[in-house]
Amino acid sequence: MNKQVELKGKRIIASNHVKLGQKNKKGQTYTDINDIFFKAEQEPNFLTGSEVIKEAIKRCSVGTSVAYPITPQSEAAALIGEIYAEGYLDEYFRGESEFAVMGQCAGAAFGGHRVFTTTAGPGTLRAMENFPMWAGSRLPIQVCVTCRGINSPLSIQPDTLEMHYLLETGMLVWHAETAQDLYDYILKGFIVAEQPDVHIPIAVCCDGFFVTHTKDTVDLSPLDLCLTPYDPYKSPVTCMDMESAPIRMMRDPFIMKSNYINYSTHASWQQEVKAAMERSRKHTIPLIGGLIDEENTDREILIVGSGTAVSQSREAIRLLAEDGIKVGLVKIKTIRPFPYEEIKRVTKNAKHIFVPEFNIAGWLAREIKSTIPDNERVYCGPHVMGGMTMPSEVIVEEIKKHLGVETGNLMDM
Amino acid sequence: MSKEKIVLCEDLADIMPPEYHELVETATFGNQDRGWKDIGSSKELIEQHSLCAGCPESIAFRYILASLPAPEDTVFVGSTGCTSLVFPHVAVHNIHSLFGNQNAIASGLKRTLKSRFPDVEKDVVVLAGDGATVDIGLDMTMQSWFRLEKFTTICFDNELYANTGGQESGLMQKGFVAKMAPKGKNFEKVRLAEIAREAGCAYVAVLTVSKPNRVEQVIKNAIYVAREIGPTFVQLYTPCILEIGKQSMEGLDEMKDSETIGGRFVQKEYITEEAQKLLDSIKEETKVRKKAAKAAAAAK
Repeated sequence: MNKQVELKGKRIIASNHVKLGQKNKKGQTYTDINDIFFKAEQEPNFLTGSEVIKEAIKRCSVGTSVAYPITPQSEAAALIGEIYAEGYLDEYFRGESEFAVMGQCAGAAFGGHRVFTTTAGPGTLRAMENFPMWAGSRLPIQVCVTCRGINSPLSIQPDTLEMHYLLETGMLVWHAETAQDLYDYILKGFIVAEQPDVHIPIAVCCDGFFVTHTKDTVDLSPLDLCLTPYDPYKSPVTCMDMESAPIRMMRDPFIMKSNYINYSTHASWQQEVKAAMERSRKHTIPLIGGLIDEENTDREILIVGSGTAVSQSREAIRLLAEDGIKVGLVKIKTIRPFPYEEIKRVTKNAKHIFVPEFNIAGWLAREIKSTIPDNERVYCGPHVMGGMTMPSEVIVEEIKKHLGVETGNLMDM
Repeated sequence: MSKEKIVLCEDLADIMPPEYHELVETATFGNQDRGWKDIGSSKELIEQHSLCAGCPESIAFRYILASLPAPEDTVFVGSTGCTSLVFPHVAVHNIHSLFGNQNAIASGLKRTLKSRFPDVEKDVVVLAGDGATVDIGLDMTMQSWFRLEKFTTICFDNELYANTGGQESGLMQKGFVAKMAPKGKNFEKVRLAEIAREAGCAYVAVLTVSKPNRVEQVIKNAIYVAREIGPTFVQLYTPCILEIGKQSMEGLDEMKDSETIGGRFVQKEYITEEAQKLLDSIKEETKVRKKAAKAAAAAK
């Protein structure tokens, strides 16, 4: 379990990269992430989520991006192609399937590039075998997952079930609520994932359509500032470019089931990936302002959510307040690493904990239930699935029903 | 990589294993005329293999590693199978990631190395078995050829899934009785060389590994053409003696039988005109260079 990290005055130690302060071929200055977000003036823009992904990648000094069409990420993937044509990336092409794309991304990362790709729904599942391989190979690739349904019959509508499958891949999994989150997490995600003591892949997830296809006001950092480039020689494993002396990697191949050393190598390797994820907390907390956001968590009724479920909950809380029902809110920003200690702390006084989710499984509720004492306090719902929206009224109704309130007169709750 | 990097730190030399000393002192990094004849007189880039005794794959590995024109700037991409048991013992960078995705990995890798080292020729070589190349990975194998990715694909064709215990593969002969083909395989051996030619490979070769000089020439050709022109493919028969019921010493005979007239592995090459031109010019250059070196040596 994680120890709480004090936030005040903390800055991530991001970049002593040799290129810091130099200009790239587009005239952008390689800048420390802290200065990009906390010093430079941010300018409001009215953009779709897909455009926000493009704007973020323009500022990320990405080496390679590999694209493949699948709704609802196709537009973002194609827009990255456009900025590649403008010279913002070194390499970009269309792969032949998500499985291949994630392999191509791995190849580029093995070779020392910063790598970004996007996928969604069935694409995430087709790519799935690659994700634990990325983590085990310590490749800090970023995949932006624009969640959509994965079920049959065919659905292209938003549904966050695919995130359930990402939880044990060894990747960092962050969940953006808004386009602003998406922008911030893409830039900050690279820096956290690439820290030498982390160096594992990251999935930056958002709810498809709700975030990707709606317009929102997003504060962007100046275009003439970009992230310091990825330094492959700070990787905890060798960059596969034949620029360091070749060594015999091991006495026996990992796969040989012959001796204790091999078993323990495997065991410790998996533990190390997990430990790397734990170590990401200290870099993440100062950059994104903690793994959770909280509002009025001293209240007896709490809603805990992630992604757009948080936005809907915020409105539900306003409606409930009109009926005199006071509800607190917890927004979980990182699903992996999971904010165990934070959740335990903020739910300490809660009697009823509601977890609204855009999927049938209720994976977030399960996660919370497994974290806190007296977990019968957790109500798994409301759920919508298959692309249904979750009107705030649905959350209001579900909470009232559970509390045994038909109309709103509970002034002393 | 600069060859100067393959040196020993003096202060740590005494704790380095003897194999590494040999690698620094007598390996053939940087010798552009290196070849199979160095085997036995210089340090090989393969330390030892963990394959079955007498496995033709092990000798194929040694010939290939001895034939690389520039091992100091070569990265291998492997796949799951018997080959993945050998790669940890090899003194060039190599990647194992998953089963069947080797050509996808190589595509991303080659482009990245090209972009990061625009002035250095970094060779990327895929080496995988027939299951990885033709069955589970065929999509990615062919798509990399369609995209004209500039790297070499080598397939160790042993006509079955060896590492998992001898199951039917697409490159198995028709009629062969194997695990998962209990009544005999009922379709023909996939014509991968022809597929490679049609899919865009500029140089394709099929042969056994019975003759090291031939293997050396083919590997060099494939790498030179991949550098300048486009994708290349080499299919090597490396029979799985264990799974076809042969003894350790019978691998060589099996290969020789299969390459006699009418056999499945009579050596063949498909070379585009452009690739042939390139190979001819390299041959001419090498001849001139060697002649000059000989004259210089004689003058001394």
